[in-house]
Amino acid sequence: MAGNGLDAFVLARESEISMSLDKPYKDIPGTTIFDADQSRKGYWLNQFCMSLMKADNRARFKADERAYLDEWPMSEEQKQAALNRDLNRCIALGGNIYFLAKIGATDGKSFQQMAGSMTGMTEEEYRDMMIHGGRSPAGNRYLGEDGDAQPDRQPQGQADKKGKV
Amino acid sequence: MAKITASVYTSHVPAIGAALDHGKIDEPYWQKVLAGYEFGKQWIRENKPDVIFLVYNDHASAFSLELIPTFALGTAAEFAIADEGWGPRPVPKVIGHPELAAHIAQSAIQDDFDLTLANRMDVDHGLTVPLSLIFGQPEAWPCKVIPFAVNVVQYPVPSGRRCFALGQAIRKAVESYDEDLKVQIWGTGGMSHQLQGARAGLINREWDNRFLDRLIEDPAVLAQMPHIDYVREAGSEGIELVMWLIARGAMADVAGGPIPTVRHRFYHVPASNTAVGHLILENQA
Repeated sequence: MAGNGLDAFVLARESEISMSLDKPYKDIPGTTIFDADQSRKGYWLNQFCMSLMKADNRARFKADERAYLDEWPMSEEQKQAALNRDLNRCIALGGNIYFLAKIGATDGKSFQQMAGSMTGMTEEEYRDMMIHGGRSPAGNRYLGEDGDAQPDRQPQGQADKKGKV
Repeated sequence: MAKITASVYTSHVPAIGAALDHGKIDEPYWQKVLAGYEFGKQWIRENKPDVIFLVYNDHASAFSLELIPTFALGTAAEFAIADEGWGPRPVPKVIGHPELAAHIAQSAIQDDFDLTLANRMDVDHGLTVPLSLIFGQPEAWPCKVIPFAVNVVQYPVPSGRRCFALGQAIRKAVESYDEDLKVQIWGTGGMSHQLQGARAGLINREWDNRFLDRLIEDPAVLAQMPHIDYVREAGSEGIELVMWLIARGAMADVAGGPIPTVRHRFYHVPASNTAVGHLILENQA
């Protein structure tokens, strides 16, 4: 959907839509902004997710996940990430959480279970964090601070030790 | 003439809808959330609108990546409830107001707001959860609803400044409509939350409450806040709060009228991953 024409257009309007070019959001830990570049990368991954809004497609996906994924022009990495329900990986490969949530819905997972699965916490650990007021922004606003969402502090919880969430 | 009587602001957390739909509302966890809406449920009985102009965002339900309208105005006679993957919520379909919607389109587009008009747009939890919070679980929604979907999913999303100006254009449009209608404008989404990555679960109570203060007292300055502040301080999904500025821009004081009355203010953490904020501002009659 994008090519040189669009890039030129974006450049010409740089001052008005600097968010998409400057990417000031790159310095926030544990956060991927779904911008045009991510969207381009994840187009078919997200469109596959979108197809799961139809009950028939959900049933076909559940019956043979691999075969269903092979109907989509996704990269092998994207297919593996979807099969593994590795939402962090899906997001790195261009997925957006509202699209990926359709996989979770197909699995009967709530948004809380899905969000929690990206932190390394168990479901209980994540729920407790939320009940106690959620994750503090302190130390989590910029990369290089000392908050619990910083890359050097992952994974955060015991989920690995208890098997897949 | 039609009048904007009040604006209502609320988070639209999907888990609240699920709790209502699956009979979990007696659980203490949800009671703490729903307690904040008791006032609104009473208030709406005494202040029933003819039409709600409901600003929300579509969460990859009506719009996939094939089509990403920045502002989509629902001009249809009715709107079906989206199947977001769990099956459609068991709530009544939404009855629109095509004549008023067409009038708003005419007025706002000629006022330089290039809206997309949607005659088919299934509505998701972003629109239905606020209705459920205020109206409970009726057989049919007690008033007409014009859905207004804002893209806050794929960047670039509209600026707070643009949203605030659009609210003013909507006010002008509504108040030039001939029929005597009581119109409320609702702004939904937020407050602080992040649903992705290692920073999932972020909540910023101080920032949220400051946002509420500024929305009430100083919305024109608040509207200048850049996206990066929302994302850094209120989480990647906290960006939804720009939509509240559309509703706020439609209030009388912004057009030189009297300051609105704050009828209700509520804040609670958590509902699922999210901080819940709720505000009712009434224009003086």
